[in-house]
Amino acid sequence: MTDKVKVATVSLAGCFGCHMSLLDIDERLAELVERVTFDRSPFTDKKILGECDIGIVEGGVCNAENVEVLREFRRRCRTLVAMGACAINGGVPAMRNSFSVRECIGESYVRGIGVEDPQVPDDPELPLLLDQVHPVHEVVRIDYFLPGCPPPADTIWAFFTALLEGRDPTYSYRQIHYD
Amino acid sequence: MTPRGAQTPVTPSDPGDSLLQALVRRQWTHGGIDEIAMAEIAGRYGVSVGEVRGVVHFYAFLDDASGVTHDIRVSDNIVDRMAGSAELMALLARETGLSPGESRGPARLSFTSCIGLSDQGPSLLVNGLAMARVDAGRAAQIAERVRRGESVSRWPASWFTIEDNVRLPGRLLRGAFAPGEALGRARRIGSAALLDELEASGLRGRGGAGFPTARKWRLCAAAPGAHRVVVCNADEGEPGTFKDRVLLANHADRLLEGMAVCAAATGADIGLVYLRGEYRNLLDGLEGAISRLRAAGVIGDGFDVHVHLGAGAYICGEESALIESLEGHRGVPRIRPPFPVTRGYRGHPTVVNNVETFIAAAMVALNGPGWLREEGTPQSAGTRLLSVSGDCASPGIYEVPFGISIAEVLERCEARDTRAVQVGGPAGSLVPATRFDHRISHEDYSTGGSFMVFDDSRDLLDVVTNFTRFFTHESCGFCTPCRVGGALLGKRLDKIAGGGGTRVDVETMRQFAGVMRSASHCGLGQTASNPVMDLIEYFPEAIDARLCSMDYAPAFDLDAALREARELTGRDDPRAHLDRSEA
Amino acid sequence: MSVLIVDGREIEFEPPATIIEACNKAGVYLPHLCWRPDFSPHGSCRVCTVRANGREVAACITAAEDGMRVENTADDIVEKRKTLLSMLFVEGNHVCPACEKSGNCQLQAVAYYHGVTAPTLTYFYPPRPLDASHPDVVIDLNRCILCELCVRASRQSDGKNVFSIGGRGIDAHLVVNSETGRLGDSELDIDDRAAHICPVGAILPRRGAFQTPIGRRKYDIDPIDVAGDASEGET
Repeated sequence: MTDKVKVATVSLAGCFGCHMSLLDIDERLAELVERVTFDRSPFTDKKILGECDIGIVEGGVCNAENVEVLREFRRRCRTLVAMGACAINGGVPAMRNSFSVRECIGESYVRGIGVEDPQVPDDPELPLLLDQVHPVHEVVRIDYFLPGCPPPADTIWAFFTALLEGRDPTYSYRQIHYD
Repeated sequence: MTPRGAQTPVTPSDPGDSLLQALVRRQWTHGGIDEIAMAEIAGRYGVSVGEVRGVVHFYAFLDDASGVTHDIRVSDNIVDRMAGSAELMALLARETGLSPGESRGPARLSFTSCIGLSDQGPSLLVNGLAMARVDAGRAAQIAERVRRGESVSRWPASWFTIEDNVRLPGRLLRGAFAPGEALGRARRIGSAALLDELEASGLRGRGGAGFPTARKWRLCAAAPGAHRVVVCNADEGEPGTFKDRVLLANHADRLLEGMAVCAAATGADIGLVYLRGEYRNLLDGLEGAISRLRAAGVIGDGFDVHVHLGAGAYICGEESALIESLEGHRGVPRIRPPFPVTRGYRGHPTVVNNVETFIAAAMVALNGPGWLREEGTPQSAGTRLLSVSGDCASPGIYEVPFGISIAEVLERCEARDTRAVQVGGPAGSLVPATRFDHRISHEDYSTGGSFMVFDDSRDLLDVVTNFTRFFTHESCGFCTPCRVGGALLGKRLDKIAGGGGTRVDVETMRQFAGVMRSASHCGLGQTASNPVMDLIEYFPEAIDARLCSMDYAPAFDLDAALREARELTGRDDPRAHLDRSEA
Repeated sequence: MSVLIVDGREIEFEPPATIIEACNKAGVYLPHLCWRPDFSPHGSCRVCTVRANGREVAACITAAEDGMRVENTADDIVEKRKTLLSMLFVEGNHVCPACEKSGNCQLQAVAYYHGVTAPTLTYFYPPRPLDASHPDVVIDLNRCILCELCVRASRQSDGKNVFSIGGRGIDAHLVVNSETGRLGDSELDIDDRAAHICPVGAILPRRGAFQTPIGRRKYDIDPIDVAGDASEGET
């Protein structure tokens, strides 16, 4: 148990699609859990992040909480990986970058269709929005990038096998795509 | 290969005119070019309104709305900054109530690239007319008149006085000369002998690249074509240079005669002067000189000269972009080859030379091949006009022999505690004190004439950031490395200046610079990273002192990125903030 | 016949030809975006940068010379090319998952070819407009890479003049030549080459989207050195 590689995963401004793709490695999951153990992750529902070998981040950085979580992942994970289009360039959430925060909040909480009792939420428990959505590499240092929306299961598997064997991941032509 | 601009008809209409000149005239007469005017001008020049829009939006001095009555542009060169241009801008904004950069309303206030008055800054342009030494008192008077809406034509003429500041005249500035003499001798000895003499004289282009003048003229003379064109590049845009301003103001006759000599040598029939828009105040004098020389028979018979005005685009100093601009287009450099000497203005073989080069050529035509070689070095014959500005007691024009050391120039201009000299403008070199024994010459530090002095009190990161911003503003946007690389360099410099930079950022700037240098389409992009790279090489302490201790820092200011949300929610609790240092 | 030596391999060519023309004829792939064999060369994207006789040049605007040594796959050249590709990605808004050109996009294809996993420069996120005024064609400037293939196609192939470039520097952008500046008021016709030539997803014919599903598109199947330039009009 102790010599298993510790992996943590998280979804920031993402849709969990990359996590679903990770699960799409199917029967290879059995092989994977032989060699790794999951720390904080939607798979385990653990809320506290321990010291990990590999951290995998899905999604871009859209609010203050994303920044804090991402920084914690950087502090506790020896190797940090940006998984998927949103982590790499902001992706679909970053399409809000051509609007101001005022416009976004206004559309959601003030003027939007079906809004009752319009008001800007100001509870300190709610994370504040950054003025733009950013890729994770603009907030912390990232060691590896796994492209795709989501990255194909084979790409994720190629990545894990390489890392577990202690070499830099390489991908075949079809394993790299941005969509 | 079809060069860009090949669509231009090769049967010239009036070589003194173009779409751009029509737009420049409209800008003056109506304070801008609105959509109706664009459509009208598009019809007149047989181009689409989209193309007209493209041209209007390329040139900084053209506005796409009419009715601008007071257009104030403060010179943004670093030397103007050192003389107080930022304070001047703040004062003007406060006193006029205008927001800098705001492009609405009849009165406007903005920064502009160096306007060629670094020796007497802070300086500005009002409706295109230059004003030097604008102190707080003058600025208040300007603001008062802008507030009243008083026409600039009624402002005191004395406000527009420009000093020559010739500190050290040499053989070029002093040389005796009577109109027609040089051309007369050139005609007497014939073009073959003239070209031989010019070659023997060792004259090389004074624009900075130092191409042998005789070789350029020979290539043009030998190229087939129904017309040949002589173009004077008076688009003196390199920040910190202003010697052409003085030459154009005081020696236009000699310049025009130099062009006529070139026409005699090459068989050219069309002469064009491309005068930068910032020098609009020199236009009347130049037109006067043209009239005088026409009357004297120096030009006008088989070779006439017309003046085109630029409109605020540094890139038009690049010779093929300049030709595009003469043809009325956006100033985007052409694919070369073919070079202008074989395929230039409207497809005709074209010589493009600098103001100083034509004057030197006229002097060689008059005095023979040995005249230039009496000074200078074997590979750099003659003298060089330096535009000296910055931290020295006597800024101005210095005519020095090629081969003079940087230290000697510093002594001449009474500079003290000099930390660095920018030789050749932002596209040139940032020279540290350990290299002040190096020389001004084609074989050592080549220069278009800009010589900016910075003393111990100056923050060179500031200087370099100013230069980088200049290039970003002036990039034509055609090629990827210059368009994007320059903007990326600027982002990294701002990050470092803001205290959020790390070693990684320095290495990334090297990466950008490598791509910009080797892959850019023209000299602008190839040299735009020089200031940053010189800073890294010669003044690492100017950067190191600003780097934060982390091995990585975010690309943007995290806490500032929450400002808008804080304002919207009215929150200011600890969780409404992000600390930069906690990575 | 003259000979060009590309990464040690000799190829024959008939002068006059540019380096990229010579390579293209001989079946040697040189990555490029703004170049197409049937339009005048442009030299703006610089992705075809190679080292020729020791000097770095854009292969599309540099004449091939007999005996010239061309380095196309040297590590430093490939690194520069990757930086250029990254620059093109970060200056615009290339949201591949939301783009119907994805999989048929040449910018993607060249990046895939060079194994670029992510453009890691600082993103610009510029606000750029969409023009949906034309009944048959949409322009999304978020994806424009300023290759000017549409500008050239309209002028050189369609005998029209629908596109120009406006602005300068990082603000340079595609302009539509019509009174209103809108595509719907221009002379562009769905049968024009300019409506189909865009190598990325900036100019898209309507009603053709997703006929081939993601995953089975041109560059999903084969790399660009096999598959060739982006097909005109394929989305």
